[in-house]
Amino acid sequence: MMKKSLGAALAMLPLWAGAVLAAESKFNLQPPKSVIAQEIYSLHTIIMLICAVIFVGVFSVMFYSVFKHRKSLGYKAAHFHENTVVEVVWTIIPFLILMGMAYPATKTVIAMKDTSNPDLTIKATGYQWKWGYEYIKGDGDLAGVGDGIQLFSNLATPRDQIYDKNVVKSADYLLEVDTPLVVPVGKKVRILTTANDVIHAWWVPAFGVKQDAIPGFIRDTWFRADTTGTFRGQCAELCGKEHGFMPIVVKVVSVEEFKNWADQNKTKIAAAPAETLVDAAPAAPVQVAAAEPAKAGKVDGKKVYEGLCAACHATGAAGAPKTGDKAAWKPRVAQGADTLHQHAIKGIRAMPAKGGNPALSDAEVTAAVDHMVGQSK
Amino acid sequence: MEAVHGHADDHDHAHDHPSGLTRWLTTTNHKDIGTLYLWFSFAMFITGGLLAMGIRAELFQPGMQLWNPEFFNQLTTMHGLIMVFGAIMPAFVGFANWQIPMMIGASDMAFARMNNFSFWLLPPAAALLVVSFFVPGGATGAGWTLYAPLSVQQGMGMDLAIFAIHIMGASSIMGSINIITTILNMRAPGMTLMKMPLFVWTWLITAYLLIAVMPVLAGAVTMLLTDRHFDTHFFNAAGGGDPVLYQHVFWFFGHPEVYIMILPAFGIVSQVIPAFARKPLFGYSSMVYATASIAILSFIVWAHHMFTTGMPAAGQLFFMYATMLIAVPTGVKVFNWVATMWRGSMTFETPMLFAVGFIFVFTMGGFTGLILSVTPVDIQLQDTYYVVAHFHYVLVAGSLFAIFSGIYFWLPKWTGHMVDERLGKAHFWCSMIFFNLTFFVMHFLGLAGMPRRIPDYSTQFADFNAIASVGAFGFGLSQLIFLAAVIKCIRGGEKAPAKPWEGADSLEWTLPSPAPYHSFETPPVVK
Repeated sequence: MMKKSLGAALAMLPLWAGAVLAAESKFNLQPPKSVIAQEIYSLHTIIMLICAVIFVGVFSVMFYSVFKHRKSLGYKAAHFHENTVVEVVWTIIPFLILMGMAYPATKTVIAMKDTSNPDLTIKATGYQWKWGYEYIKGDGDLAGVGDGIQLFSNLATPRDQIYDKNVVKSADYLLEVDTPLVVPVGKKVRILTTANDVIHAWWVPAFGVKQDAIPGFIRDTWFRADTTGTFRGQCAELCGKEHGFMPIVVKVVSVEEFKNWADQNKTKIAAAPAETLVDAAPAAPVQVAAAEPAKAGKVDGKKVYEGLCAACHATGAAGAPKTGDKAAWKPRVAQGADTLHQHAIKGIRAMPAKGGNPALSDAEVTAAVDHMVGQSK
Repeated sequence: MEAVHGHADDHDHAHDHPSGLTRWLTTTNHKDIGTLYLWFSFAMFITGGLLAMGIRAELFQPGMQLWNPEFFNQLTTMHGLIMVFGAIMPAFVGFANWQIPMMIGASDMAFARMNNFSFWLLPPAAALLVVSFFVPGGATGAGWTLYAPLSVQQGMGMDLAIFAIHIMGASSIMGSINIITTILNMRAPGMTLMKMPLFVWTWLITAYLLIAVMPVLAGAVTMLLTDRHFDTHFFNAAGGGDPVLYQHVFWFFGHPEVYIMILPAFGIVSQVIPAFARKPLFGYSSMVYATASIAILSFIVWAHHMFTTGMPAAGQLFFMYATMLIAVPTGVKVFNWVATMWRGSMTFETPMLFAVGFIFVFTMGGFTGLILSVTPVDIQLQDTYYVVAHFHYVLVAGSLFAIFSGIYFWLPKWTGHMVDERLGKAHFWCSMIFFNLTFFVMHFLGLAGMPRRIPDYSTQFADFNAIASVGAFGFGLSQLIFLAAVIKCIRGGEKAPAKPWEGADSLEWTLPSPAPYHSFETPPVVK
């Protein structure tokens, strides 16, 4: 650790003007907590060091020239304008330096890609705007331990901390969730990512893991946490208006604790009546350990409306009945809520099925319709 | 300039030149059109700059103060689109129009009427972008990269942006055809390709890049448009499409686009440095080859913008190696500039200050680019403020500083007056200091883990964000000095000689200042 701190500090000294004194500073990458994060950290340090040396070299020459080779000092211009040897040398040497950089980087790339033989496989699903987790499969001594547990991670920072200047912000402002992901320490955790609506990215800097979550596709990545503790990350791919408000919190616990946690949550599953999740979550619709079970399950029709429907229904584009236009809505409301829902889900006249976003669940469309009807009565 | 063309060119007697607004609407003169491009670009620069001020004002402190998150996303998106397509690219086309005919000894551009059309497409496109803020749902907030499926979700502001991109693409393609034809056919006798000024070379290569990739962008956004309205499913997995396809197509355009915005900057700096070092450019032919290499490599590195999408290891490695290779020709350029300065007899008027400043800060952006080319490091830093810092180092300190350098360098030729050096130097130092204040700290933010495109952030990032915001407002205000310097120079000032810079040697300096309306009535002979 000591050696690394020194290396990092040395690497940055010329550029960072001595501001960096230790590896665990606000001027550098977060302290790495997995092998991969450690390798990334070292790669960054080495390359910074190389860049810093070249930087100092090139700009010493340039600034020497700037201060000495001035007309005002009576310096007479030389007339050389090419030198094949020099030009070949400064093409070849950078090339060799690059090869030197590429070698360790290649090893890390291959290690990052090796998601084989995990101890625990978890699926992370990006939603606008929260993360859903499903414990798919444990292996080895974790076989069957958490299988089937599902949970949703919502931002836990209260709204007034965000919007009211006078409310004191909590220590983990915007980086706290109601239900964190729980994983055992020292075990290889494979994360499968996918998304429900748009592209998100699952990112925990301390583990050196960032993987896009792409709707309709499954990608994977992995980490093995070195120590217990709580580690925080955020969605890293712009995913709409609440993009900044869907953090990721991973709680790393001992294997023993993890087993207990899993048992508790499994007991809850058995005890609780299967609560249907409205959010188009696939099989095993059980929600676990959520502080506010209703929160994750409830669809906000207004949100759906504003995100999609408003494009036409606020303006009357393509003959859409405008929200709030009582006359236009009256005959439609008269057809009954079910008919309206079906029309919205299947599409009618100029309106495509689900308003053109097949990623929406039926429940979301229904909620949006109810919202519009509510506004137009 | 009007005074000059009024009587100096009896050669052009076939038709009258209208005056006032019609002159600018109907002009087919490369200098008028160059002027239009440059003023348009400045207007967009101010517009995009105001949006940036909106971003930095919100980010000054943690918590949501000024805007709602939707509007914040619109600000970042439109800042990017307007700066890239409205400010930087048209500025370089403005330089091309003014300078290429003068530097190759031609009288005008090859296709004069098309030249007019390619400019006048831009204001409507810009209007579409600006108006999109006021349509229901507001402007698009999908980021300037317009990634599907988020962009499919957006309101009609997105459609306006798509049409704006189509129009600007058409304008760029026409501009490029014109530039290529002019350079290849209208050079003065004796000016072989390898005798062309480097600025002309960089634009020739840039124009080919534009022709190659603007249609690709048009294709990408057209597929978006049909996905949005005609139920095609190019980017929708539920209909058999793939959201990542959009990213591949976009970045196949997007990476060459990066070089479209920097190669002409290299060209400008390669004109300025020798002029003020009073020494010929070091390694002219290696500069040409380096430019061409960068252009070719730019076509095989696009997926380094997508390392986190999850491509196979072989793909990641290929794109990492190819990206690292770009450091070689870019390094050659920097070494050549330094070697040009070495044992020169330098003076530091404003154009030279900006050119040296360019080398210094652009190189930092180059180094962070090298760091980002390393896949594992990139995966950690992708979509963080580190990337924001990186591309502002190459686009602001790179492209924009080179544009400033070029403006101060050629203004005496364009207006016939010298620039007020006091204003110019103040502009340089303010820009330099505030630029670094704004963007240097963003490296730390990115390393510490602050994602980009977020309207609010965790309190640990507060200090650096406050510094960046102060810097950004300082940088914005500094540009008023630039405006003052340019207006002052247009309205009067010390009379400029034909060759105001001792070491300048390309053909435009053989013309009187201000340059006559038609540059070379008789082609000069180049030995």
